[in-house]
Amino acid sequence: MRQFGLSLVLIFAAGWASAFEAEEVARFGPENSDRELRIISTADIAFFEPMITSFLASAPNTSIEYTVVSSSELQKAIVDEGEAFDVAVSSAMDLQTKLANDGWAQRFTPAANSALPDWAVWNDMLFAFTQEPAAIVVSKSGLGDLPVPDSRNDLINLLRQHPDLFRGRVGTYDVRQSGLGYLFATQDTRASEIYWRLTEVMGALDAQLYCCSSDMIDAVKSGELLIAYNVLGSYAINRADRDEFAIILPSDFTTVMLRTALIPSNAPSSELAALFLDHLMARSHGQDAQLLTNPALDLSQNEAALNRIRIGPGLLVFLDQLKKRAFLSEWESAILQN
Amino acid sequence: MRFLLIEDNEQLAEAVVDRLMLDGHVVDHAPDIQTGHDFTATTTYDLILLDIMLPDGDGRTFLAQHRKQEESTPVIVLTARSEVADRVGLLDLGADDYMVKPIDFSELEARCRAVMRRRGGAAQNLLTLGNLRFDSLSGTLKLPDQDIQLRTRELRLFEVLANAPGQVFSKSTLVDRLFSYDEDVTENAIEVYIGRLRRHLDASTVKITTIRGLGYKLEVA
Amino acid sequence: MSTPVAHGSIRRRLLLSLLASAAVLAIVVYFVVQSVARQVAQESQDNVLTASALSILDSARLSGGEISIDLPYSALSMLDSISDERVFYAIRLEDEFLSGYADLPEPTGDPNGTSSFLSTTFLGEDVRVVLVKRRMSTDTGRSFLKVSVAQTLSGQKQALARISRTSMGIGAGFFLVSVLLAALISRSTIRPLDRLTGSVSRRGPKDLRPVAAPVPSEMVPLVASLNSFMRRLQQSLMRSEDFIAEAAHRVRTPLAVVRTKAEVAQRKSDDPETRKALREMIRAIDDSSRTAGQLLDHAMVTFRLDHLAREEISLHRLVQDTVERMRPTSELKDVTLEATEVETATIKGDPILVQNALHNLLDNAVKYSPSGAEIHVALTTTDDGAKISVKDTGPGFQTDELDVLPKRFARGANTQDIVGSGLGLTIAKEVVEAHGGTLHITNNPGGGACVSLVFPSS
Repeated sequence: MRQFGLSLVLIFAAGWASAFEAEEVARFGPENSDRELRIISTADIAFFEPMITSFLASAPNTSIEYTVVSSSELQKAIVDEGEAFDVAVSSAMDLQTKLANDGWAQRFTPAANSALPDWAVWNDMLFAFTQEPAAIVVSKSGLGDLPVPDSRNDLINLLRQHPDLFRGRVGTYDVRQSGLGYLFATQDTRASEIYWRLTEVMGALDAQLYCCSSDMIDAVKSGELLIAYNVLGSYAINRADRDEFAIILPSDFTTVMLRTALIPSNAPSSELAALFLDHLMARSHGQDAQLLTNPALDLSQNEAALNRIRIGPGLLVFLDQLKKRAFLSEWESAILQN
Repeated sequence: MRFLLIEDNEQLAEAVVDRLMLDGHVVDHAPDIQTGHDFTATTTYDLILLDIMLPDGDGRTFLAQHRKQEESTPVIVLTARSEVADRVGLLDLGADDYMVKPIDFSELEARCRAVMRRRGGAAQNLLTLGNLRFDSLSGTLKLPDQDIQLRTRELRLFEVLANAPGQVFSKSTLVDRLFSYDEDVTENAIEVYIGRLRRHLDASTVKITTIRGLGYKLEVA
Repeated sequence: MSTPVAHGSIRRRLLLSLLASAAVLAIVVYFVVQSVARQVAQESQDNVLTASALSILDSARLSGGEISIDLPYSALSMLDSISDERVFYAIRLEDEFLSGYADLPEPTGDPNGTSSFLSTTFLGEDVRVVLVKRRMSTDTGRSFLKVSVAQTLSGQKQALARISRTSMGIGAGFFLVSVLLAALISRSTIRPLDRLTGSVSRRGPKDLRPVAAPVPSEMVPLVASLNSFMRRLQQSLMRSEDFIAEAAHRVRTPLAVVRTKAEVAQRKSDDPETRKALREMIRAIDDSSRTAGQLLDHAMVTFRLDHLAREEISLHRLVQDTVERMRPTSELKDVTLEATEVETATIKGDPILVQNALHNLLDNAVKYSPSGAEIHVALTTTDDGAKISVKDTGPGFQTDELDVLPKRFARGANTQDIVGSGLGLTIAKEVVEAHGGTLHITNNPGGGACVSLVFPSS
């Protein structure tokens, strides 16, 4: 596992050597359309489809090519290969920020700019259209009579009081492997020292490390894990089997990831991209928003504890090689105690 | 009448004195203001003839002082300057009248009479001849039963004759005294006035006698 | 009188120059404020950049001869805290690139200073770069750890735009206040001039007193020249008057001597020839004296007409006075002079001139009327004005002379050799016309002449 993580870091540092790999490509709209919008995205087709269809409904004679990639492949496609996409959508806020900061994004002023919250726009380049919290997923059956933890402190206490129960049965992201995991982890450290305590407690209980939220949820469902920490809440709530586990937004603070879109500087149809972004932002903010995320995960009731990750150069700090090396080394020493 | 002439031009003064004396007036001459004051301080005059441009000052100064001393002697100013320019202030300062040089002495006499008349006649202006009294200022002959108003020339003629009763006046002398020089009159014109005057005097004891070849004289019966 | 040619206006010139200097000052204020603010904005940006770079430098640790840098989150986030900025950094050990943006240009400023700055372009945008460095001892010896931090200028540009608007506002406000002040200043500067003009133009025609009211020192030379001019004018006027008076005196005194002596001689002479000769002499003297007198009077009248006074004149009193003064002369000639029908009337003008005009009419009437004639003077008023008419029972004018008569020196044909000149009518005509009136000469239906002066009502 450690070998794997290290090699990923190396790859990240060395850049991408080969052509980017698309996981999936889908086309929407009429065959012989006058204009085509190329979207490169880290979001599943199913997640993003409502936005695409609603846009096409308002834009006649338009088709959309939707390419699903991983966040690192997205970087590769745009930075290394100069692939001509009109919109780049990603949940990797840090990488999106770096794209914009390094000049790969066009400036653009959305039609509803003044109505948008400050946190949703950065430098007229990066536009946030979802708020997706990092949640604690707990197996309802596995916990038995034990109280469901409401905060990190509760969780630490619970783990400490029942080390035998939880040994090998708590999981979290392998931050060396997952960009999102790394983002959540670094932002947790910014918010509170408690992250390190929790990581150490989890490390002492031989925490399991995962690449993705889906694997963690599967593991909770199967009983392999009792508790998974920093699971992407929006993902969990969208699962059909969501009744089988509890999704907890920690009351001390809930780190919120913002999914962002930008128009690459080499976008061939930047005007169409602008129309799409106007549509995207209009549907994602304000009173009449029709969110892509499941409304069952109501963030507003916990507004004070929301810790939205701020888009901006601060995110570049954790991309810094020296910083990342230092962070990962500290993280490893906390989580890999055996 | 007794005149005071204040005039610095010796020649003119001398001529004026001569001329006034011809009509039987008494004239003192002062060549400057100071002397003029000296004269008025000691003598009472019937009239003062005052020149304006004097060696020791302006005639107006004399006038002002004269009036301040409440002297009642009338003053006729003799000016050699423009009628227009000099009029200013002369009458205001108390001059009774003014004349522009050269002076027509008949006019002077007329103005003197006018001044006297304005001032209100004094008693000595009444002359009594027989049953006739004569007010020279108003020009009235007072007979016992009537008053006769004489016209100017009749009055002048009567005055000339009455001032020297018994004296014979030639026609030419009378023409000189009665008519101004710009009038062309023959000596016969005198006869007309003599005739008129005789008719006025019919009721009195005063008679005008013709002395053939010599002239006329006034007699009191 | 000719209107002076106006060339420019002091008030306008003053106003324009004040406004021009205000405009220049406003522009200067605009640029000064902007440049100071730009400098301040630049300095504050530089300070933030320096703080950011120093916080990175401070996080550098030597562990086991290796340099580790724990990049503080705030080092980069602080640069983005007020406005969204793109931020770049580079960490180098001497020339060895450690982290960040390898291509970021490095300021080459003062090597001894704590920080040096550079304005340049990076990744397509204008940036400000700061470089701070610190000497570190590593395995390979002592070397400089150099941290460059760069930031885009969008916040600074916004600030500058705001400052530009503000300084524009300050400049415009300054200018507006200056406009107000300039208007006030120019008005108050001109006010003494206006006052002087007013006080001079309100004066009567004979008021040649020097201007005594205090004036600003700049106007003292003008007022001094004006006063000196008026003094010279007054002297010149007085000299003219004196000259006329002196001329009259010089002419009349000898004439008076001669006339008096001639009269005395005539009275004393019995010889009809001598008497006739002397009488003719006296008449010649009277003629020349009268001519000289009227010439001098005419000169004086002309002189006074040039500076016509405007006093209230009681015409009725003037008529009665003038008639009264003429009465002894008329009586001498056995001519009856009566002021009949005198109404009350007032006009504006020079009473001496009006009296002189009437005197000349009466003088003419007395001179040209035969013994026993009658002269009637009347003053009547109408809505349009006042009319003084002098009617006599003399010979009257010849019809063809009626227009020619008042011309200077014209003399009626049937005046025989009566002493006099046509100047009397000329003077009367000039005087009445100077007062806006007219002179009418007619013959009475029953014989005799009628001359009237018609004055407009005041």
